[in-house]
Amino acid sequence: MAEPRLPHRGTHPRRFDELGLDRALGDRLLPLLVAAMSFLAALTLAGAIAAAAVAAHWRAGAGRALTVQVPDPAAPAAGAAGSRDSAVLALLRSSPGIATARQLTGAELQALLRPWLGSDAGKLPLRLPAVIAVRLAAGTVPPAGLAARLAAAAPGVLVERHASWAGRIAALARSLQACAAVILLLVTLVAAAVVTVATRAGLAARREAIEIVHCLGATDGHIAGLFARRTRRLAGLGGLAGTLLAVPVLFWLGSLAAPFVGLGGGGAGSGGPVPLALLLALPVLPLGAGLIGHLTARITVRVWLRLLP
Amino acid sequence: MIRCEGVGLRYGAQGSAEILRDLDFAVPEGGFRWLLGHSGAGKTSLLKLLYLAIRPSRGTLRLFGTDAARAPRASLPRLRRRIGVVFQDFRLLPHLSAFENVALPLRIARRPEAEVRSDVSEMLRWVGLSGRLDALPAELSGGEQQRVAIARAVIARPSLLLADEPTGNLDEPQAERLMRLIRELNRLGTTVVVATHNEALVARHPAPALALDHGRLVSGG
Repeated sequence: MAEPRLPHRGTHPRRFDELGLDRALGDRLLPLLVAAMSFLAALTLAGAIAAAAVAAHWRAGAGRALTVQVPDPAAPAAGAAGSRDSAVLALLRSSPGIATARQLTGAELQALLRPWLGSDAGKLPLRLPAVIAVRLAAGTVPPAGLAARLAAAAPGVLVERHASWAGRIAALARSLQACAAVILLLVTLVAAAVVTVATRAGLAARREAIEIVHCLGATDGHIAGLFARRTRRLAGLGGLAGTLLAVPVLFWLGSLAAPFVGLGGGGAGSGGPVPLALLLALPVLPLGAGLIGHLTARITVRVWLRLLP
Repeated sequence: MIRCEGVGLRYGAQGSAEILRDLDFAVPEGGFRWLLGHSGAGKTSLLKLLYLAIRPSRGTLRLFGTDAARAPRASLPRLRRRIGVVFQDFRLLPHLSAFENVALPLRIARRPEAEVRSDVSEMLRWVGLSGRLDALPAELSGGEQQRVAIARAVIARPSLLLADEPTGNLDEPQAERLMRLIRELNRLGTTVVVATHNEALVARHPAPALALDHGRLVSGG
């Protein structure tokens, strides 16, 4: 007798879909909803990372800056030779923990005042103070008693520390990150709920097929694995689509936010206007979507199968 | 092989009427039993108990030495793989070809694919469907579907074969051929229980019978 003709349709186990899930678990709605969730997650992740970057930028910049104003700078210093501004400058430069201390030039002062006094600020009969920009060494705080020592040399001197602003911005960034974490959690829960509903619909549609393979000796793990494989693929594809859709939006938002994080709208040797951390985090979204699809389907099916003996 | 002691079955909650009552019988390993009774007598329910689609509400049902009524749920798939079932309504998966339907028990048991291909091709050739491997159930006649269902039931060489009206859609020569297959499997050691209305078939193949009436065993216990 001639060798029987082997079938061409779906005989390889890797493609074997005994429950007909290709049709029961639709390849449109679930990926579409997961894509929307991934898009939201990408934007949320971007917000969290941008907030952290802004806070870090301010901590590194404003947090290490002091501004010292010396009224009546040309007057003689108290108890020392020279003018008040040079005495204060010398004191600052000799203090520990001060990286740089630089007196702003007349032109820089006029540029600072221009928004309030106009371009003729230098011609006005005003007695402007000397302004000294101080940068603290990394990881240090202003030396104890610095303000008192400066005041002794030049009474009326004002020391303004910017760290308080950096602290407030850091607190704001932490709040934004907490909000982002809550949103990511909600997105995860909604995605899991979507997968649960889709899986239950698939279970209802394939109840008879499931009962047959169950009767033939299929374990709960085998049946749950078939559902998990299908939903993992659909959710992963949805996650990939949503993430890819988010990328151009993130580049646009990143270019708007670049000046606030010191990128100046370009390059910075990382991901252009998009932080490198975000570019590294984005591939996690489709993987996470696939994982949510896999685990949710597996748990949903296993719970449902408890109805069978 | 099969031992029922005081088995009762109800589908509803406690207090609802029992479909099967006080069943006491045993089928030895390698035994053959006709399962007889009018429609509604409980034949299909008893077969469902035997292929572990349901568990008894009371009593003891021992299959392959295991108390199926009390065995952990996780241990049942292993028992089910030792049981072949021919359903009255075939219960073929409509989206799978004849080949894939017959291959299902072997693939669930994770047999090597080369073995699956050769065994299934041989089995379908044996039941006269070697030219219909690719056909979906909807493309097959009733008799062909029944032969696919039979091939699926015996492909994994089960220790226990249960058949619910297996000749219902077959003409007399095909029914006779099927009975010869079943008796041959029985001769090779497979325990067999066949539910049927076909008195002529029973007469041609005399064997001990379990007769049910209104859920009670009236003979063969």
